[in-house]
Amino acid sequence: MNKDIPAVQMRDIRKVFGKVVANDGVNLDIYRGEILSLLGENGSGKTTLMNMLSGIYYPDGGQIYIDGEPVLIKSPKEAFDHGIGMIHQHFKLVDVFTAAENIVLGLKEEGKLDLKKAAAKINQICSTYGFDVDPNQKVYNMSVSQKQTVEIVKVLYRGADILILDEPTAVLTPQETEKLFKVMRNMKYDGKAIVIITHKLHEVEEISDKVAILRKGQFIGQLITKETNAQEMTNMMVGHEVALNIERPEPVDPRPRVRIEGLTVRSSDGVLKLDDVSFYVCQGEILGIAGISGCGQKELLEAIAGLQPIESGTIEYIEDDGSKENLVGKDPLEIAAKGVSLSFVPEDRLGMGLVGSMDLTDNMMLRSFRKGRSVFTDRKTPRKLAEKVVEELEVSTAGINTPVSKLSGGNVQKVLVGREIASSPTVLLSAYAVRGLDINSSYTIYDLINKQKENGVAVVYVGEDLDVLLELCDRILVLCDGQVSGIVDGREADKNSIGMMMTRLGGDA
Amino acid sequence: MHISKRGDISRKQAWAIRIGAILIALIICGIVTTLTTGLDPLGVYGTMFNGAFGSERKIWVLFKELSLLLVVSLGLTPAFKMKFWNLGGEGQIMIGALTTAAIMIYLGNTLPGPILMLLMLIGAVGAGAIWAMIPAFFKARWNTNETLFTLMMNYVAIQLTAYFIIIWEVPKGSGKVGIINQSSMSGWLPVIAHKQYLLVIVMAVIVTAAMHVYLKYSKHGYEISVVGESQNTARYVGIKVDKVIIRTLILSGGICGLVGWMMVSGTDHTITTTLSGGMGFLGVMVAWLAQFNPVAMVLSSLLLAFLSRGASEISAIYQLNHSFGDIITGIIIFFIIGSEFFINYKINIGKKDAEEDRKEGSDNV
Amino acid sequence: MFDLVSFIPRAIAQSIPLLLGCTGETLSEKAGSLNLGIPGVMYVGAISGVIGSFIYEQSCGGNVNPFIAIMIPLLACLIGSLLMGLLFCFLTVTLRANQNVTGLAMTTFGVGFGNFFGGSLIKLTGSEVPSISLSATSHCFSKALPFANDMGWIGKIFFSYGFLAYAAIIIAIVTAYVLKRTRVGLQIRAIGENPATADAAGINITKYKYFSVCIGCMIAGLGGLYYVMDYASGVWSNDAFGDRGWLAIALVIFTIWRPNIAIFASMLFGGLYILYLYVPTGGNMAVKELYKMLPYVVTIIVLIVTGMRNKKENQPPESLGLPYFREDR
Repeated sequence: MNKDIPAVQMRDIRKVFGKVVANDGVNLDIYRGEILSLLGENGSGKTTLMNMLSGIYYPDGGQIYIDGEPVLIKSPKEAFDHGIGMIHQHFKLVDVFTAAENIVLGLKEEGKLDLKKAAAKINQICSTYGFDVDPNQKVYNMSVSQKQTVEIVKVLYRGADILILDEPTAVLTPQETEKLFKVMRNMKYDGKAIVIITHKLHEVEEISDKVAILRKGQFIGQLITKETNAQEMTNMMVGHEVALNIERPEPVDPRPRVRIEGLTVRSSDGVLKLDDVSFYVCQGEILGIAGISGCGQKELLEAIAGLQPIESGTIEYIEDDGSKENLVGKDPLEIAAKGVSLSFVPEDRLGMGLVGSMDLTDNMMLRSFRKGRSVFTDRKTPRKLAEKVVEELEVSTAGINTPVSKLSGGNVQKVLVGREIASSPTVLLSAYAVRGLDINSSYTIYDLINKQKENGVAVVYVGEDLDVLLELCDRILVLCDGQVSGIVDGREADKNSIGMMMTRLGGDA
Repeated sequence: MHISKRGDISRKQAWAIRIGAILIALIICGIVTTLTTGLDPLGVYGTMFNGAFGSERKIWVLFKELSLLLVVSLGLTPAFKMKFWNLGGEGQIMIGALTTAAIMIYLGNTLPGPILMLLMLIGAVGAGAIWAMIPAFFKARWNTNETLFTLMMNYVAIQLTAYFIIIWEVPKGSGKVGIINQSSMSGWLPVIAHKQYLLVIVMAVIVTAAMHVYLKYSKHGYEISVVGESQNTARYVGIKVDKVIIRTLILSGGICGLVGWMMVSGTDHTITTTLSGGMGFLGVMVAWLAQFNPVAMVLSSLLLAFLSRGASEISAIYQLNHSFGDIITGIIIFFIIGSEFFINYKINIGKKDAEEDRKEGSDNV
Repeated sequence: MFDLVSFIPRAIAQSIPLLLGCTGETLSEKAGSLNLGIPGVMYVGAISGVIGSFIYEQSCGGNVNPFIAIMIPLLACLIGSLLMGLLFCFLTVTLRANQNVTGLAMTTFGVGFGNFFGGSLIKLTGSEVPSISLSATSHCFSKALPFANDMGWIGKIFFSYGFLAYAAIIIAIVTAYVLKRTRVGLQIRAIGENPATADAAGINITKYKYFSVCIGCMIAGLGGLYYVMDYASGVWSNDAFGDRGWLAIALVIFTIWRPNIAIFASMLFGGLYILYLYVPTGGNMAVKELYKMLPYVVTIIVLIVTGMRNKKENQPPESLGLPYFREDR
């Protein structure tokens, strides 16, 4: 195979979902024997681009070449035929099948189905690369990293020589990540072309030969990793020098509002999600929560909001007069009935915070519809609230009768935050409040959160961008694998030490 | 060819597509009729129309059937809005009818009229409610598949009815209950304004209006919509999903039970194992065709009642089997079901026109 | 005394339509399609066979060739059921319509279709017979193995059935094998569990759904044919087939989606269906209706218990009843 011709060339690729341009004018070259990082912020169109290469989506414009030949990739099957295999962020595995059954699924081998032969081949792949997979284990019995391993083995089993990994490290421990990178290097020396989608700069530097950068669906450039540096990549990724200048007023009269002791939470399938977590959050301050995605942030907020069964520990709400209220075992309604005004902006806006098919008014009603004795709902107040939110937060919408699913991500978030702060809460929980939002919308949200803080609200802010956490929060709690790795002062801490704490308990080397 | 989701379609366009589908279906039905029977299709439609609207009595019967079907559909609707597939309407009607008949037979001539009527009403609604509550409980508690569960409950109810019919049969060995309390007319729904079916029709109007208000303006209705759209959101705002599921199915089954009472006490005055006659299933189609809108359901049940009445007229006039109506109903429903695709999706042939695509917009992302 | 030798053959004869319906529905459900049109399909399968056979018998005036007498209704039945399957697939797969509504409409249509032609066939063809009684054809269908009579009770229990009964058992075994052990089966099951995964694995979902549902409908249609040609001795009477189609759907749940278990479970259901004839109730006809209720009650219990125990393998296919559209997000 000629190494000078790229294994894959993508030229002027465009993909539109309704009104949203997910990719436009993207050019990409992927060579064999190389690892290419596809870098970009959340929502910059990385996954969409790769989905077009793997046949999940069909591009609206542009051309894809494989080994110099123009091709049309209309389905995942055709992608396989070109040797393209993608490991998705959300695993595409059938739960009730064994590893081996999942791996051979969809293969067009000659002869009858022989799972024993398949198992032998799987074991061989595993021993070559150092994977640990039991071909006869059912997927529903597997851990997340085991499932990912099955996904990778599946692609290798098919003899794919162009591999795409979509944020593979997001769910892995540092050791597992190391192992994965070793395998990726092995595959690279094998002459395979590898794309890794990521938004973590240190991974780009550690693993890749080249880096391609996307920003808001646009192709920004392709660099040789060795010849660039973190600063340059960041600039390309975010578009300008990172100078956030988020305002951070001093907390006024910070007294503990919520105190959590020894909180332990298990997921429904028995996995330990939070392990003996203790901290407090004061009124009038913003407590940031940092951590690799999936290390317990979601469970922590849901436990406080009364949406997550708790194994042990206490969650105490402390009134102004010092009296305490235990929130453990109460559902959102019972918490509200205790006079605790708690607002929650969840991560999954349309899946949990709002109802996509309902209009703005009806979504405003979600929190307030119970008010009053009447069996009928009062739509007047929520309509006024909707109008107020649209006006004050500059929500761009055709009207308050538009279903929220028709709004853009930023506007959806404004509607959600607007509703949550309308009830003048004393505690505000927010998860990834600016995810997928443009810069302007993000600043609107920061301002709103700061205003709440000034009003004496205890704010818990789960974020993924450390720069933002460092500029916005008064204190930052770092979670690592469901445990508290440390709590630092937002004014004094630096990015490096937090990054270390995220990957290692306590952050010590 | 490439298929994509349509974003917005005006109500007018959507109805144009639906009506177009019905017209095409009617043409196809005409062709089928001619092919199988050799009759003139226009004549057949004339006869159908005549069968439904031909005389005052026929119109009353049409409206009676419309009313019963409409109430069944209204009963199923809150469950469907909650994305709970209640396919047990058939059984809920039967169990309501069975309870009504039991009270009529055992207490018919002993209790004063109004108390008897009230007891029958409560019994029928309660029985229907319990019949729907059982699958709802297991759905709420263990997420048991409600489609299959409610389906099975139908046949338990039907066999239970068959059992009691044999116990009650008059004369022995006939396998029929006959008209209950024929001489005393005890437990019969009173006839108002000398129109036998008027009271049933009035009740249907009341249930329609009440259901419309309940779903659109009440707190319960709002909770049903939230649970149907997203159980996570419902939990997030403190709605007790289990409670809403069970409560809604009690309502749903209760209304179906009410239909059983309307039939035994109001229209048929007897009970057979085929009393519900597939209305529980037909109601699913009526509700779905109307997109779960109670007011639109009046139209869709009118369509189905018209087809059934019209077809039975054809059978009578041309000495065809009465099942001819089911064939025509089936064909028309197939076309309406198919037409929904063209309302929700659009087909792009060849390379998509990007400019047009941008204009259309959609609810993606 | 409970007469097993006469009970078992009757229970088995009752079980065959259920087994065929159940096998067909299982195949369809394993691919994620909840086909509630199966009762209608079985009616259409039966009446198609009847129409084919009726026309043949009328044309040859009682002098039937056994091979043709079997092939004509068999083919007519398969074609009729196939058309129903295609209709269901076109609406639910190609046009993405709701499976429950489509299925119920198909049952309304199919039962109506069966009863209409069953009731009007004589008039429509202008024949001069009092009722549809296809005894010559039925004779070919119900012909037992030649040595059955010579083998006493063994012959009666094992060899006294028409060829469709044995075919039903073979079809169930083959279907179970295909689903469990072959590549095609693996792909069908993957579609029923998780179509997005199957799609990503390069499986043509549309093709396999059409395949499973259509084959499933054809198998179920044979159940109708068996009923009218063998069990009912070629006599068509409207609504006689009754609720067996729904009982077949119940059987799918009862056997937790395994056609090989269905072979015995269908006999159990068939036995329950006629048990009242064999237990001493002193001519209490009412009790027989309660016996007929039993299959549904035990099915509900199975549904509840498997749901509670939450063992993944015994659950309905995960995407059962849901439409799939690749670019839905």
